[in-house]
Amino acid sequence: MTATLTAPPTQVKKPGKPRQNREAIFLFLPALLPVLILSVYPLIRGIALGFTDARAGLHVETNFVGFDNFSKLLHNGLFWDSFRIGVIWTLSVTILQFVAALGLALLLNTDIKFRGVARTIALIPWAMPPVVVAIMWRLLLHPTNGPVNEILQNLHLTDHPINFLGNFSTALPAVIVVGIWVGMPMTTVTLLAGLQGIDRTLYEAAAVDGAGAWSQFWNITLPQLRTVIVAITSLDMIWNFNSFGLVYVLTAGGPGGKTMLPMLFAYNEAFRYGNFGMAAAMGDVMVVIIILFLFFYLRNRLRSEA
Amino acid sequence: MRTRPGTRVLQYLAVLAYLIFLGFPLVWLISSSLKSPQEFASINPSILPKHVDFSNYTDALNEQGLVRGLGNSLQISIYSTILVLIVALPVSYALARFRSRLRPLTNGWILVSQVFPVILIVIPLFMILRPLHLTNTIPGVVIVYMVWSLPFALWMLQGYVAAVPRELEEAASVDGASRVRTIVSIVMPLLRPGLIATAMFTFISAWNEFFFALVLLQDPQLKTLPLVLARFVGAEGQVQFGPLAAASVLATVPSLVFFAFLQRRLTSGLLSGAVKG
Repeated sequence: MTATLTAPPTQVKKPGKPRQNREAIFLFLPALLPVLILSVYPLIRGIALGFTDARAGLHVETNFVGFDNFSKLLHNGLFWDSFRIGVIWTLSVTILQFVAALGLALLLNTDIKFRGVARTIALIPWAMPPVVVAIMWRLLLHPTNGPVNEILQNLHLTDHPINFLGNFSTALPAVIVVGIWVGMPMTTVTLLAGLQGIDRTLYEAAAVDGAGAWSQFWNITLPQLRTVIVAITSLDMIWNFNSFGLVYVLTAGGPGGKTMLPMLFAYNEAFRYGNFGMAAAMGDVMVVIIILFLFFYLRNRLRSEA
Repeated sequence: MRTRPGTRVLQYLAVLAYLIFLGFPLVWLISSSLKSPQEFASINPSILPKHVDFSNYTDALNEQGLVRGLGNSLQISIYSTILVLIVALPVSYALARFRSRLRPLTNGWILVSQVFPVILIVIPLFMILRPLHLTNTIPGVVIVYMVWSLPFALWMLQGYVAAVPRELEEAASVDGASRVRTIVSIVMPLLRPGLIATAMFTFISAWNEFFFALVLLQDPQLKTLPLVLARFVGAEGQVQFGPLAAASVLATVPSLVFFAFLQRRLTSGLLSGAVKG
């Protein structure tokens, strides 16, 4: 979702008076209780659960076990696999979709035709239920009935049907392509909006100074887009790292765990094996990674901007 | 920028490649849903159906699980949308108008709720809702969706509230109207487009949601449409592609219809925010 691209567009002119504060609290009340019970508390409890031996099932005593879950995770080969797969998936999807989206946004920012059409259909993948996207791609990539194999065979690129989602070597790349399909359009539209916000006179001045297309791109377009790029790529990374439904329906982590993203690993731990504590610990590890990433990425990006 | 003819051709080729990459899966899904069973069985299927045939849709709608899923999804999405609007309106008003200490807290929560892996939230939610007998119930999922859609609804709505001229409210308060009265009779009517957009967005996110539903709803009678569809694929051996494609199209229609309305508002509103950031 795009909810966090920036701070909400509000303006507050007057500093709060005590009476205003009381009124504000009154207006907050209907949301406060559900949010505290169903969002804030579960989040804190979830973080804490990683340090317990909580299991699924009724009336099970939960004990504090310190870093037990974490050391078990670190000694679990499957954890490292899913971590590695998660990183490959996140980086590939984010970077490839970004590069493709940037190219496309630059194209659509010229006086090319079909701009409106391209922009409208760009939002369709974003609006589709992820489960439907996954089903659609399973049908597309189906070894015997899918058109992708059909086309590849007609073009004589392969002489036998490929089971893209079922082969050890092709499953992760196939899933990555679907990830790009889902994410790229939205990134394109965002970048396009950024491009359209760049002051045209900058280019005119550069052209007068004899700057070529490349030089204009490196010296004007990219620096001017920096804030948008930082916002959209960091969000894309976080969303991709946390993604679940798409790959769950595409491969359920298979074949042989080759597409076992961290969230799928955690889901299985919790709801297949009943290891709530272990799954929460996995969630904690993911949070630490996300926070570290945000810290380094945003610090570097925003510093170089200043 | 000046462009040479050669570059121009390359540009159109690139746009074409993009349209195919993006559009082909959709075209193919819709066309599959319209193909007759005989055409499915034929060896070299064409991209477009030779005869448009709606039997896949009737087959899909004859599937009990699917219709039930459709009904469950509708119910859950409508209830959670109504709840979100009721809760979000006063909060977004307060966020847009007052400098309360709750403001930075709320905005922080909006941010955090987008970043954390849902696994951390869903396990405790499961543990909270179970003793209340709310797991495996529609109300349970509805309140979870309500809280989960709230950040985005708040983000959207407070922008709309901020756009309502303060002078109107001041005039009302000079006339002696209370705050609640002002909100109900002055702000709300002006907010109608914003409320509609927020409602549509909330509906879509509830309609598309998968993870919470997967964890919270085990009873086959209560499963939402995405869950029912996902289970169909799981049983691929027996599954009929035509009805599956038809059901997938049906599941996408509400989102697309709402998006057709929302598109301009969403892109201009959200993205201008993104750009200014």
